Amino acid sequence: MASSGRTSPQSGGPRERLVAILSEGYTPYIVVTIYVLLSSAWLILSPFSTLIFLVFLSSLLAIYYFPVATWLKALLGIIVLGIVMPIVGNENQGFLDVVTQAGIFIALALGLNIVVGFAGLLDLGYVAFFALGAYLWGIFSTGQILNIFPGAEGSLPLGGGWFFVFLILAVIIAALAGVLLGLPVLRLRGDYLAIVTLGFGEVIRLLANNLDKPVNITNGAQGITSIGQAPMFFQPVITAVGLDPTPGAEYRLYMYALAIIIVMLTIVVARRLNDSRIGRAWTAIREDETAAIAMGVPLVRMKLLAFGAGASFAGAMGVLFAAKQLFISPPTFDLVRSISILAMVILGGMGSIPGVILGATVITLLNLRLLPDFASQLTLWRNSGLPIPSWFDPVSYQRLLFGLVLILMTIFRPEGILPERRRRFELHEDAAEGEQMAQDSQNLVHPDIGMKS
Amino acid sequence: MALLEAQHITKRFGGLTAVNSVSLEVDPHSIISVIGPNGAGKTTFFNIVTGIYQPDEGTITLDGQSLVGLRPDQIAAQGITRTFQNIRLFNNMTVLENVLVGQHPRLKSSVWQILLHSRGFKEDERQAEEKARKLLEFVRLGHRRNDLARSLAYGEQRRLEIARALASDPKLILLDEPAAGMNPQETEEATDLIRRLRDDRGITVVLIEHDMSLVMEISERIVVLDYGKKIAEGAPLEIRRDPRVIEAYLGAGAAAALEAQMPHDAPNTTTTSSPQPALPQTPNQK
Repeated sequence: MASSGRTSPQSGGPRERLVAILSEGYTPYIVVTIYVLLSSAWLILSPFSTLIFLVFLSSLLAIYYFPVATWLKALLGIIVLGIVMPIVGNENQGFLDVVTQAGIFIALALGLNIVVGFAGLLDLGYVAFFALGAYLWGIFSTGQILNIFPGAEGSLPLGGGWFFVFLILAVIIAALAGVLLGLPVLRLRGDYLAIVTLGFGEVIRLLANNLDKPVNITNGAQGITSIGQAPMFFQPVITAVGLDPTPGAEYRLYMYALAIIIVMLTIVVARRLNDSRIGRAWTAIREDETAAIAMGVPLVRMKLLAFGAGASFAGAMGVLFAAKQLFISPPTFDLVRSISILAMVILGGMGSIPGVILGATVITLLNLRLLPDFASQLTLWRNSGLPIPSWFDPVSYQRLLFGLVLILMTIFRPEGILPERRRRFELHEDAAEGEQMAQDSQNLVHPDIGMKS
Repeated sequence: MALLEAQHITKRFGGLTAVNSVSLEVDPHSIISVIGPNGAGKTTFFNIVTGIYQPDEGTITLDGQSLVGLRPDQIAAQGITRTFQNIRLFNNMTVLENVLVGQHPRLKSSVWQILLHSRGFKEDERQAEEKARKLLEFVRLGHRRNDLARSLAYGEQRRLEIARALASDPKLILLDEPAAGMNPQETEEATDLIRRLRDDRGITVVLIEHDMSLVMEISERIVVLDYGKKIAEGAPLEIRRDPRVIEAYLGAGAAAALEAQMPHDAPNTTTTSSPQPALPQTPNQK
């Protein structure tokens, strides 16, 4: 089992024995297939149970973890995300929405992970690029654009057909904005960088909030409504095939499919960048800037590339978000949003792509499903006479929860739930590290020569 | 023609002149040592040559091309790499990855090639890995290629730094105290490795070192810095006997005292009967 890398194989605890049994021969194939099929069937039978939904989502984790051939992983992944989820989502659009949101946040977290996890540049204003993408589509697909170009009623606002053009345009514009933000902050590191990027994020939000005068570009605090939908070009095909989705679910299913496709793309992009000279240069910068530049890594270019690549993910997701919600307003893009994306990255494991995906999913689930469900459960209990104080509202403790997640993670598992592979020994003490600790203490014996001459 | 020519390099930090009009010529395929007491400006000189600091005055050329004003990464791409006095590996990357980072200036695949996993990119990566493996064999670290750099023993970390510096095919490598903190056997191995850099790979070596046995054994020429100035330059034997060098290390009058003790070992440089000031005039530079 893939996760056994952290513990030494010879120690025979119950966990190791279980791992050994599950990894033997055809066992993992049978177990993971049964797991996926059972949880899928269960959810299809009762598509409104949050608990079963969680079990169903955990089957994705099982697919990732079990040591089975790639073709089976791909097949099961297609079954779960491509067949079962749409069927369930057709019944229960709430779940579909959660998964779509999770997809959007996975892509955002993967983008932030490039900046924070790979290159080690702490960016607290990341949501600004998300806002940029969202407002780009929001403005151009609604009457807002006529305030900027009055008299262009013939050709503006743009129709839904432009959606895909803007998806690509947002990638480019957000990347440029990322580079523009990167330029002035290149010399800053750590806390200083965090403060400046935080300021940048707020600037963008305040611009969105206040650019309703002198010319009404963003419609200010009221936000933009009835944003253009993405084109449903596939409708004839669906009718031809004989599928008949619930009327309201059709567009949501479409958004879900788009989110999944874009997430797949971002995963590929993030992985390929990381496994190249660029990714290595980023890690080198994170590890030691001076050594990196002395080895020929062009610091400026690589940092700007990290900012630009990270921002481009957010720009694309912004367009998708606007087309999905059909309504955007400045509070969606506040600091807490940036922090929550950062919490996803830290929870999952900075620099680790599977970790970041897990972190984004967990936090989105908490936000959209678990906290509200818990709250309504509390209300039920309260109404049935249990002594629960009325001020106790889990949904409003969202920020508290992020704070707790961040603090607890930094104390107990700073490398995240699924740490970056090569990073695994970095911050955590366990058996495999004993030898390395010995080496470290040995190094201390040698006087560190400092920068004296 | 000299490979590296530094002319009248001066670097001031506020009121302190860390490097004062130092000139240095390095011939191709030579091994040159820069020695001097602590604070003499040796590492500052290295930092200037590698572009980490810009000199206040003076010119530096590599193969006739000026290096002044270039960034460190550009200078690395031009063919000068270095190791650090206090080891600066990428600790949480593997040994092999460290060497791959060192190849950065030689890898040319574009963002598009990387994203599309084009054939050129794959070939580039394959060659880079192959080369990294060979370099690790050269410094005898092949068996540790998948370990994290931080898990290496001290001597291995020093060797990995050298392998990383070799990865961009430098013409000139600057080694900052390559044998610092090593025991005699490790020092001997380091000496051997430095010699192989030049003999097997044709790389010119300039090194800073306090271990005089290594310096004397390996150097063709030695440059002595003291208080930022070059006080002597010559073959190991000359430097060993140079009264200015002895005084720089042992204090004013030390040369005369040593001479009085050992009259039979009269140096052939100008004999001084009276104690000279600790900081003699900078020798005239051309």
